[in-house]
Amino acid sequence: MDTVVLARALFGSTLGFHIIYATIGVGVPVMIIIAECMHLITKDKHYAIMAKRWTKGFAILLAVSIASGTIVGVMLSLLFPGFMEIVGQVIALPFQIEIFAFLIEAVFMSIYLYAADRLPSWLRLVSIISVAVGATASAVLITDAHAWMNTPAGFEMNDAGKIINVNPWEAFFNPSFVVTAIHVTVSAYMTVAFLIASIGAIRLLQKNLTKEERVYHRKSLTIAIYLGAIMSLATAVNGHETAQMLHEYNPRKLAGAEGLFETTKYAPLSIGGYTSREEEEVKFAIEVPYALSFLAGDRFDTEVKGLKEYPEELWPPLYIHTLFNVMVGIGTMLIGLSFLAIALKWIRRKPLPNWILALFVAGGPLALIAIEAGWCFSCIGRQPYTIVNVLKTTEAATQSTNVGLLFVLFVSLYVLLLFASVFILRFYFKRHPVHPEFNEKEVQS
Amino acid sequence: MEESLIAVTILWSFLFIYSMLGSLDFGAGFWAMIYGKNDRTNAAIIANRFLSPTWEVTNVFLVLLVVALFSFFPFAASMLGTLLLVPMGLGLLLLTIRTTFMVFANYANKFKDVFRITSGITGLLIPALLVSILPITLGGFVEFNNGYPQLLYGKILSSPTTYMHIAFGLSTELFLSALFLTDYAREAKDDSAFRTYRMHAIWLGPLTLVIAVLTIVTMPTEASWLVENVRGNLYGFGMSILLFAIGYSLLFFKQRNGLVGYSRAAVIFVILQYGFAIYAYGSAHLPYLVYPDLTVQDGFTNPAMFYQLLIAYAIGLSILVPAFFLFWRLFLKDQRYLEQK
Ligand code: HDD
Ligand code: HEM
Ligand code: HEM
Repeated sequence: MDTVVLARALFGSTLGFHIIYATIGVGVPVMIIIAECMHLITKDKHYAIMAKRWTKGFAILLAVSIASGTIVGVMLSLLFPGFMEIVGQVIALPFQIEIFAFLIEAVFMSIYLYAADRLPSWLRLVSIISVAVGATASAVLITDAHAWMNTPAGFEMNDAGKIINVNPWEAFFNPSFVVTAIHVTVSAYMTVAFLIASIGAIRLLQKNLTKEERVYHRKSLTIAIYLGAIMSLATAVNGHETAQMLHEYNPRKLAGAEGLFETTKYAPLSIGGYTSREEEEVKFAIEVPYALSFLAGDRFDTEVKGLKEYPEELWPPLYIHTLFNVMVGIGTMLIGLSFLAIALKWIRRKPLPNWILALFVAGGPLALIAIEAGWCFSCIGRQPYTIVNVLKTTEAATQSTNVGLLFVLFVSLYVLLLFASVFILRFYFKRHPVHPEFNEKEVQS
Repeated sequence: MEESLIAVTILWSFLFIYSMLGSLDFGAGFWAMIYGKNDRTNAAIIANRFLSPTWEVTNVFLVLLVVALFSFFPFAASMLGTLLLVPMGLGLLLLTIRTTFMVFANYANKFKDVFRITSGITGLLIPALLVSILPITLGGFVEFNNGYPQLLYGKILSSPTTYMHIAFGLSTELFLSALFLTDYAREAKDDSAFRTYRMHAIWLGPLTLVIAVLTIVTMPTEASWLVENVRGNLYGFGMSILLFAIGYSLLFFKQRNGLVGYSRAAVIFVILQYGFAIYAYGSAHLPYLVYPDLTVQDGFTNPAMFYQLLIAYAIGLSILVPAFFLFWRLFLKDQRYLEQK
């Protein structure tokens, strides 16, 4: 394989690994804040235990998210020097500001972990809120760089290919920044809510729980379901706006997502199936008439551009249709699931039945799959460009040899860490089950 | 001052900060491993007490260094990216193992030893590997192959200066961390740890100085330009040696209350010692980022970007200073934390 392909594969798998932990790192502090607030309001000890146990899990996973994030940050510069050359001239601000977000998160995370018992409760809440703000800010800022790659702004390129008239803040507030940042943030909150719901559901499906354990896990499940419902709905509503942004600024990606070849009004939405290059259509799909036009422009007669507007070498890989479907499909299912659970709760006024708990077990992993699919859709759908219409991926990548060796080493490392982190989590929580904590006088941090 | 010169000075200051923090961090991890099973001294406990809350912050400074490098000097990316891919890649590999295993060790008692030892050893190697990048910038190790720079691995691996740099990185890491932990142990009023670390600081100090001098003396002929510049700038290095002499002897003076050694003052003098040496080295390195192919001026971004970055730093730091103050109070000053059993 040539160096460029290897560099992309290495970088893509690194990000795919990082995003698992990073998403958790963005969402868990928010869950902890909710638990801490519930504790302050209700004085119910269970919530304090919850906050403490989530913090432990968070601390374990944070190590991997920081380590992998450091890899991504350095690797980006090493593998895509052509890209960094432009980044440094135009869009260095979010990368730089992100460092401050990391520092805020790191400082307050240490304070929350190791100094909680020496702090008044308001300062403890301030610390965990700062952690959440730091983590979300870092996600928003890195997404800014990503959004800028999709909708570059804030500079001009002269005929010699030199970058002139740089306006760093215009680049920062590029057209897709706000929608994309919201999409990433709410989808991360949603994912973590469903992950926590998965854990609660697994526990509640076990037969040998004490009564108090059951009560405890129901409380955590309830928080997770409500947050999951709100955030999944927000993700979908905002996802709709994201799709409209694509229609306006990145029609090629939208055409690829929908396997639309001819530019048409009253364009249908294809769900499922695969895009066939030869037959120029999406095979085995369910077609919803007019839906794509409506999605793109809120009107049935919106004209949606097809792939044939562009030379074939500028088409994104056609399998992004599947990635898009996976993301949207999972999002829709999870909205259904969480609202169904809430409705059942209100109607039956009884604990959730086992079959719905079983569905929630799958919810967390599915949400993570949606995150992976969404990011891969966005990054692969941008191909062959790294910066849309400005820089091709082949020009961005390194010319260095030895990328293959690094690829093998790093992918092995990720597999190792994936197993190790799950193992450590399980090991720790097996050794520290929740029920002894119910009897402790004070919740120790 | 020229803008690119301001930028490189800021960058160099980040390098200085990270080299201090990183030495403490990796060194403390190493000492914690060495004394992990030793019941006669609390050295491991003290090292871990320092390490637990600080490693994250230290890690961010590494990221800061890389981001600042490529934001200020985007045109250096293609050259540095190609040259540093393998050394930095291996460094990242070690760093990841080190970080994750160090944290895992706290959550899986049964496997603590495996994790501790692995993270201690990988941590020891990281500064050595990072310092070995410096000789690459000195010239003679880069070859151009139809327009693309290539690193001459064989030449690097067979060059004595590489190994001198590695030795310097190792001894610095151990010296600085031992010295700092001497003071940290005193602050924690832990006599056994204090004596352990003071003993190590005492033998490591002179050794580090000797290695540093030898590193400069054994520079290869390709780096003669640097040695020339160093000769023209002996004042900084002279100050450095003087500060070392003061700091080192402070370890031996008796305080009025009978305790041996002014550890806090010793730490400050040694940090100043490194400060003078690092800035003197940096100014000798100018105007090159990589000799002779890349100068500071060649790599520099545009002024519009540069000034916005400066403003971002100013705002960011003004938010962070109070946070760091709280952090310092809680983990480096608070007796309840330092002396907990
Ligand atoms: C739990 C995860 C999740 C869920 C349920 C959804 N998304 Fe999403 N989506 C993401 C997670 C995500 C993401 C991983 O966060 C992406 C990748 C890049 C980005 O900005 O966000 C993304 C990107 C992304 C893009 C591409 C943006 C671009 O390339 O610039 C579009 C058009 C949508 N989404 C639209 C939707 C719609 C209409 C959804 C309807 C339910 C939806 N997403 C659910
Ligand atoms: C949108 C996807 C991403 C999200 C949501 C995300 C989020 C996060 C989070 C929450 C952390 C932990 C922060 C901390 O505790 O300090 C983290 C670490 C990190 N991320 Fe990502 N990240 C993403 C992609 C990236 C990319 C593309 C890069 C590089 C260009 C990157 C660079 C880093 C770095 C350098 C760290 C380590 C910071 C440290 O040393 O503490 N991330 N990321
Ligand atoms: C964290 C979740 C992310 C995932 C899973 C992801 C996935 C991928 C994948 C699979 C590729 C290879 C695409 C290909 O070459 O076909 C890629 C490329 C790339 N991504 Fe992302 N990405 C993520 C976030 C980001 C962010 C936040 C940035 C912005 C800083 C970014 C910048 C890049 C760059 C520069 C490339 C290489 C050049 C290119 O192939 O266009 N990615 N990513």
